Amino acid sequence: MSDPNQEGEDFAKARRGRNIALALALVLFVVLVFVVTVVRLGGDVVSRPL
Amino acid sequence: MAMATAHPTAAPARWQDFLQLLKPRVMSLVIFTALTGLVCAPAKVNPILGAVAILCIAVGAGASGALNMWFDADIDAKMRRTRARPVPAGKVQGADALAMGIVLSLFSVMLMGMALNWLAAALLAFTILFYAVVYTMWLKRWTAQNIVIGGLAGALPPVIGWAAASGDAPLNAWLMCAIIFMWTPPHFWALSLYTSEDYAKAGVPMMPVVKGAASTRRQILIYSLLLVPLAVAPAFTGLGGLAYLAVSGIGGAVFLLLALRLARSRAGDAADPRNDDGLYDVLAGARDARNLFAFSILYLTLLFATLLGEHLAGFAPLELF
Repeated sequence: MSDPNQEGEDFAKARRGRNIALALALVLFVVLVFVVTVVRLGGDVVSRPL
Repeated sequence: MAMATAHPTAAPARWQDFLQLLKPRVMSLVIFTALTGLVCAPAKVNPILGAVAILCIAVGAGASGALNMWFDADIDAKMRRTRARPVPAGKVQGADALAMGIVLSLFSVMLMGMALNWLAAALLAFTILFYAVVYTMWLKRWTAQNIVIGGLAGALPPVIGWAAASGDAPLNAWLMCAIIFMWTPPHFWALSLYTSEDYAKAGVPMMPVVKGAASTRRQILIYSLLLVPLAVAPAFTGLGGLAYLAVSGIGGAVFLLLALRLARSRAGDAADPRNDDGLYDVLAGARDARNLFAFSILYLTLLFATLLGEHLAGFAPLELF
């Protein structure tokens, strides 16, 4: 029989890894949207006609 | 039924298991062909937006892989090649694979539309739907032509890359698509000639299972005869240069030679006992099938690498007419 404490530890470790990966993916997505917005707007966005 | 089966979770799902759902090896081929399409397009794209386009195509391909693994868990569990995948192995729940596939599909298509253009986004959405719905849910279990028609999904990435860069999809983009489309049947049927037992066990109507090895070998030769001149064509349409003409000519000759050898062989006929150790171990009489399978990968890689190299180096295309 497997040790339930060890099993719980493995689950917690795997969950922590998944959470970190998900957090990194979300941060990457936010950065991507920001960078894409800046690139698409171009440098002279401030002087555009309102 | 093809719904995801509820497996007891053997081990806690790690992030690496979710990464496996995206089929990283398939993804790398998609990135390569999409990049070639993007670079060959006669339009300058901002390098950051170009990288975003490739990322969207890669994630979209990964998403369709996750949807495929969700739906095909029952088939995958029966085949040696696929039984270690995260869903049949019980590492990831089918519902999680489905959710991941849907979320990543939406994100990749939306980002492509907002960052590049909506033609590329629409082509990406079509590719994901075609692979996940038309191929996975319908063709794969229904007809021996599954990988012929389904091959369109794998052939579209260069067109998406081209459209992302230029906003349109001219004939040369579709020529790249046609080359991959024609390459797919000889490639997969050569593999299936020595893995047909697996497909038969899983009830997948691959060509050797349905029509037999002799018919498969003949059809491989026919598709090879169509593929080789098509692969040379970019040298005459302003897409490829002299290096491409040489690579496609020599590579095509070798491809035809191997296809001819395979057609004359008895590959797939013999039910020789097989060694159960390796993933792609070969039946005694199927060496010719393995040779064509292995060379087909090199051939397609060389064709696209040459196009990519020529365009990056700024080589002028041939002007023969």
